[in-house]
Amino acid sequence: MQAAVMPKPSPASKIMWVAIAIVGAFCLGVVALRRGEPINAIWLVAASIAIFVIGYRFYGKFIEHSVLQLDPTRAPPSVLRNDGLDYVPTDKWVVFGHHFAAIAGAGPLVGPVLAAQMGYLPGTLWILFGVVFAGAVQDFMILGLSLRRDARSLGHMLREELGPMPGIVAMIGVLVLMMIVLAVLALVVVKALTHSPWGTFTVAATIPIAFLMGGYMRWFRPGRILEVSIIGLVLLLLSIWSGKFVADSAALAPIFDMDAKTLAWWLIGYGFVASVLPVWLLLAPRDYLSTFLKIGTIALLALAIFLSAPTLQMPAVTKFIDGSGPVFAGNLFPFLFITIACGAVSGWHSIIASGTTPKLLANEGQARMVGYGGMLMEAFVAIMALVAAASLHPGVYFAMNAPGAIIGTTVEQAATTISQWGFVVTPDELLRTANEIGENSILSRAGGAPTLAVGMAQLLHNIIPGEGMVAFWYHYAILFEALFILTTVDAGTRVGRFMIQEIAGLIHKPLQETESWTGNLLATAICVMLWGYFLYQGAVDPLGGINTLWPLFGIANQMLAAIALMLATVVVVKLKRERYVWVPGIPALWLIICTLTAGYQKLVGPISFTAAANKYAAAMQQGHLLAPAKSVAEMQQIVTNNYVDMVMTGLFMVLVVAMVIFCLRAAIRGWQTNHPTAHEEPYVALASVAG
Amino acid sequence: MNASFRSVGKWAVQTARLCCGVPDYDVYVKHLREHHPERPVPSYKEFFRERQEARYKGGGGRCC
Repeated sequence: MQAAVMPKPSPASKIMWVAIAIVGAFCLGVVALRRGEPINAIWLVAASIAIFVIGYRFYGKFIEHSVLQLDPTRAPPSVLRNDGLDYVPTDKWVVFGHHFAAIAGAGPLVGPVLAAQMGYLPGTLWILFGVVFAGAVQDFMILGLSLRRDARSLGHMLREELGPMPGIVAMIGVLVLMMIVLAVLALVVVKALTHSPWGTFTVAATIPIAFLMGGYMRWFRPGRILEVSIIGLVLLLLSIWSGKFVADSAALAPIFDMDAKTLAWWLIGYGFVASVLPVWLLLAPRDYLSTFLKIGTIALLALAIFLSAPTLQMPAVTKFIDGSGPVFAGNLFPFLFITIACGAVSGWHSIIASGTTPKLLANEGQARMVGYGGMLMEAFVAIMALVAAASLHPGVYFAMNAPGAIIGTTVEQAATTISQWGFVVTPDELLRTANEIGENSILSRAGGAPTLAVGMAQLLHNIIPGEGMVAFWYHYAILFEALFILTTVDAGTRVGRFMIQEIAGLIHKPLQETESWTGNLLATAICVMLWGYFLYQGAVDPLGGINTLWPLFGIANQMLAAIALMLATVVVVKLKRERYVWVPGIPALWLIICTLTAGYQKLVGPISFTAAANKYAAAMQQGHLLAPAKSVAEMQQIVTNNYVDMVMTGLFMVLVVAMVIFCLRAAIRGWQTNHPTAHEEPYVALASVAG
Repeated sequence: MNASFRSVGKWAVQTARLCCGVPDYDVYVKHLREHHPERPVPSYKEFFRERQEARYKGGGGRCC
């Protein structure tokens, strides 16, 4: 098949693109090469925009015309199967907004914050080049494949193109990944709310607010989403404002002052109840609030960065690229590429790019804007999160993100340890920051959300000054992340429940009935137990949980991305477009190398789960207790937890290797056949069905 | 100018609704009338409830 001919660019557009390239290169040069003096965040933002624009215009277009060979005259699924509900040809800007809202989550806000321990440069470069050559390629190509296959899901396409067995293997991977995602995200909330009565109160207040909204929408004004969301938002802001009085009150504060373990149990119980309640009562109203709040907060963050133009206080590269960092363990390679998953490349997106979005696109010619462009937007969010973290005082950053086992539990100990690392900070500065945000302590609040919240609060405070406003913005940002994450936990538990019921139905048919209460409660309990186990493990973890669990999440997410890109590679071969096989092939290979190396280092060697388990087991044999364990039973628990993590890592590695073998087999067969063998639906001209 | 403001507003509302899993009601009604005149047209309330249930029926529509 002949590649579509690209239109010749006009001289004016040539000049413009050369200018953008020069500006981008100059800004990137400033970001990458200027040493010794702090640079302004605007350089970084400008460099990112230039790279995104160039990547979109040239590489995105190349993929559209040469690799996917998208055809605007071809009828997409939305037209062919138009049912007015799921399949509807929709305005491209509406689809773009919808797609972006579906892919943007807490992930791109957390990963870059954690990765900032290596300085802002490594994270920036991986986000910029990762998104252009891997992340956006994955989203766009999976969307393109799905468009040509009646908007089928990733699992369905895997079964069709690779065979039934690889499809099942990949789906088990997705279920396990989802459990890890839910646990890690819930842990972010636990970390942010530990001993924070203000935060806990505002998050708890979202439950009655949601009930109120749900009832209002059910009986009083059915379907008025926007109206009820505004009411909800006002109530939310009110709850943030009143949270201060709760925190100051001697009677109320202790009720909302909880340690990590208690919070974990509350979240587990909450997750169970929330996912068996009718959706209109709790899940849906909270979903609406969190969707709007998310978009609003991202816009607010962008505005704050542009208006306050902060200086990056974090060095470009810190000494922690050698793997000795306190926030997460491991060298720059492969752990940077595991830590920043969403934002650079996220396997989860392949599920969305083969879900609702391909059912809405009105034309194949709009797929680049939605698929490739949507992911660039997400990368921009990740860059902003990185800016917010890097514009904090590095001492404050490390105090917030390093585990108590490393920096101690008092501000004096923390300030001494962190100053020894070369980030000079006084106990006073740490106390003052805590006071400003209205919390008792900022120490060891890993998980990204609190750091981002402090960064955002300070940026917003720069443009909207006012007494006590830092504390308000801090709790606003915490509430936003918590609300968003809890909605994901509810919805994820529900999805997990359906998946478990489907699997259980293979063994005992009646369990498959989603309306049956036995099947429903049983599957929900199993699902909650699965993620709840990891959440609880994180809450009692010696290194604070995030340090241990985030790599597991990163490995799993990148594994899914590798699977999606491998599928794209196989399809390119099966379409007999072998000379473009490197487009999805190289990022797939890179992710396979990263996940397998990271997995291997988590299995054997100094930073492995095995080493951690052995350390505690050895201490137990000698009758010692290692912090934070206070009894032999707790020691045993830590050993078991590390063994479980080990098994999970091993499972992910086996999954990746199995998928590599399946894909290689399919690719070789496709290569040897001399005609296209991909399962595309036949061509139908748009002109023949439209109108 | 006024017309473009209105179209931006319409876009925003449609996007906001779709982000919550509720597609355009008018488009659905039009589709029913044109292609399935024999089927009853649901009220907005019924349509909304059906979509709300459908959104959380699995399939997973969000990211981490």
